[in-house]
Amino acid sequence: MDGLNIRRRMAEERWSALMSGAESVFFVGAATCGMAAGAEAVIDRLERDIARYGLNARVIRAGCLGPCCFEPIMIVRRQGLPECCYGPVDADAAGSILERHVMGGELCPEWSLGVMTAEGYGDIPSFWDHPMMRGQVRRVLVNCGVIDPEDPDHYLARGGYLGLERALGMTPEAVIEEVLASGLRGRGGAGFPTGKKWQFARAAEGSPKYLICNADEGDPGAFMNRSLLEGDPHAVLEGMLIAGYAIGASEGYIYCRAEYPLAIRRLERAIEQMRELGVLGERILGTDFSFDLHIKQGAGAFVCGEETALIASIEGLRGMPRPKPPFPAQRGLWGKPTVIQNVETLGNLPHILRNGAAWFAEVGTPQSRGTKTFALAGKVARTGLIEVPLGTPLRQIVMEIGGGMVSGKAPKAVQTGGPSGGCIPAEKFDLPVDYESLGAAGSIMGSGGMIVLDEDSCMVDIARYFLTFTQQESCGKCVPCRIGTRAMLQLLENISKGQGRPEDLRQLEEIAETVKMGSLCGLGQTAPNPVLTTLRYFRNEYEEHIEKSQCAAFACRKLVWYRIDPDRCKGCGVCLRVCPAEAIEGEKGEPHRIIDEKCIHCGTCVTACPPSSAAIYRESGDLKRIEARRQLASTVS
Amino acid sequence: MSENSSAEGAAVVQEIVAAFPSGRGSLIPILQEIQRRQGYISPEALKALERLTGISATEAYGVATFYTQFRFTRPGRHKIQVCNGTACHVRGGAQVLEELERRLGISVGQTTPDGQFSLERVACLGCCALSPVVAVDGKVYAGMTPKKVPGVLREYAAQATQSARQEK
Repeated sequence: MDGLNIRRRMAEERWSALMSGAESVFFVGAATCGMAAGAEAVIDRLERDIARYGLNARVIRAGCLGPCCFEPIMIVRRQGLPECCYGPVDADAAGSILERHVMGGELCPEWSLGVMTAEGYGDIPSFWDHPMMRGQVRRVLVNCGVIDPEDPDHYLARGGYLGLERALGMTPEAVIEEVLASGLRGRGGAGFPTGKKWQFARAAEGSPKYLICNADEGDPGAFMNRSLLEGDPHAVLEGMLIAGYAIGASEGYIYCRAEYPLAIRRLERAIEQMRELGVLGERILGTDFSFDLHIKQGAGAFVCGEETALIASIEGLRGMPRPKPPFPAQRGLWGKPTVIQNVETLGNLPHILRNGAAWFAEVGTPQSRGTKTFALAGKVARTGLIEVPLGTPLRQIVMEIGGGMVSGKAPKAVQTGGPSGGCIPAEKFDLPVDYESLGAAGSIMGSGGMIVLDEDSCMVDIARYFLTFTQQESCGKCVPCRIGTRAMLQLLENISKGQGRPEDLRQLEEIAETVKMGSLCGLGQTAPNPVLTTLRYFRNEYEEHIEKSQCAAFACRKLVWYRIDPDRCKGCGVCLRVCPAEAIEGEKGEPHRIIDEKCIHCGTCVTACPPSSAAIYRESGDLKRIEARRQLASTVS
Repeated sequence: MSENSSAEGAAVVQEIVAAFPSGRGSLIPILQEIQRRQGYISPEALKALERLTGISATEAYGVATFYTQFRFTRPGRHKIQVCNGTACHVRGGAQVLEELERRLGISVGQTTPDGQFSLERVACLGCCALSPVVAVDGKVYAGMTPKKVPGVLREYAAQATQSARQEK
């Protein structure tokens, strides 16, 4: 292990030079999310200005720090000043910050999210006291956004591969004991105890054994794994080595979805670097443990997140699941014992081995220990990737970390667990987020997607959305899932078009139970959850759709009618020109009118109407009822 | 496809197959590489694959059609992917898609007659915090609205005329 220790000492020296040297450093969040927000323009500007002024400074492309809503985001380090986090910054702001912070030696409060020290600095508070960061515990994400993910020295200097070293000094059985004692449960969604899975695989007969990292993050609305792989790839790979050693595997696969090209690139680079460091290949760090890694790109099939389907896909087959048992731990890839772990589970392992099981269990609840990352998105004000202790109340996540609704309206529900999960209503926001509580509420923890919904979200529409997804992604192998999801979707579509019947709700529940009980794999067994939870908590919305043809959230398009307020309409003709259905009539300068019979409910006119007029509004419900209501109103007035 | 380019295509497939270890496990990576190099999986490529690997064209086609990544028609010069993830859905992704369909005059899964744009819907691009998003040739546009659609399309249409001019 001497080689690695020498390299680590060098890495530590490089890191401390970077952290305290005369050279200034810009860590720019350049993960997929940062790039989408415009990080490239910021980086261009910084590099140009550094060259123009001849500064002793450089730009590092870091991963995502988490608060995606403030992207493009950057941390600036300059000798004599505390590190400061800025965001959102565009190219011009970056130029000003470079001049004032780096050249002028002063912080720039107008863009500041906080200084990176525990205490504030003058008027500028600590970044960790920002309402989005307070309450978070960063363990898995500790390196994301603050290191160069393509420089292995950064990882090494911050304790990287110490967990592996410690594991290799123990027997595999002792490593399994340590992980069992920590209470770590699978972060992919089901929450099976990781150590137990390893015991099965270790005891299973057959050789070689395989370890697979499931990075096929297929839940729409989830990006935890992408962020971790882009921001700290070595942590996941170190976790794979530890798991591989514990179960006695000699080969590992990373099954990563093709939609994550940057994550794949970072993994490929990290694997090369691991060979240089001597932590991959034959006789790792001079021990008897040999291990090699391959990357397999997913080809776009949600069901391949299911273990046996994933294995079929690696074997070059259609990605269809098969009945269990035998479990993959007994007979998996190529018929050999195989353990499949989620990215985040693996990302926890280096910390557990480095700091011990007791440290890991310090946070969380007795049943659900440690932290969990969540992709917070939807109608919430502050969106991004967060990490909180398990057991944190939903309310704290949505209202404090997320800052409430972006619209200022009341929250309605949180959707957890993606297509396999359910909607938890606002009145249950005191629920602690752990495996058992979410399960009891009819949802699941899932891999960590958390979509916040407000009053403008229609729960029938949400159920229909997820069923559309699961119905399309159902592989078709077993009947309950193939036919059942289609039947449920048909009923939901009818309801969202105002063609539902009162008896449809009972029928939906019946089919849902059958699909849950009878499906072959997790996809089908959990597909009814979005329907069942919305029926349980928001039945009145279904009834409104059925009885009144009304969608109060204006989300079910066929139930929305557009109206032009004649008092506000100036007759500019913009809506008339953009209407794809020629459903608007009126003379120039005169109030226009929408012809309901022709209207295709697309809403283009609303977007087109100039804000100064804002003459178009929406109504929902049965046309006859709307007309009756209007006449009543005019008689009264 | 002319005979010449067909032979060329077969040579590319041969090169790709040779670069992967033999065995069934390489089928999907090979198909992915064929699509990366040729833009889509053509019947000719599947026939070449059959000759080289012994995996029948129907078998390979059966595997390829299971996965949404694979396409079997020639794609447009620019690939537009509209995210249909949950966050994008609740923030109006469907309206953005419809505006694209209207502007381009094609439906999802199709290519414009001039071969400039093809339009796809993807499950999730993983940029949920910036929803709704659209990616053109891998470049992600955040916070999309129907109103921003023409501007994004113009960026690429302008590019196309520019490169056509340069070619002249």
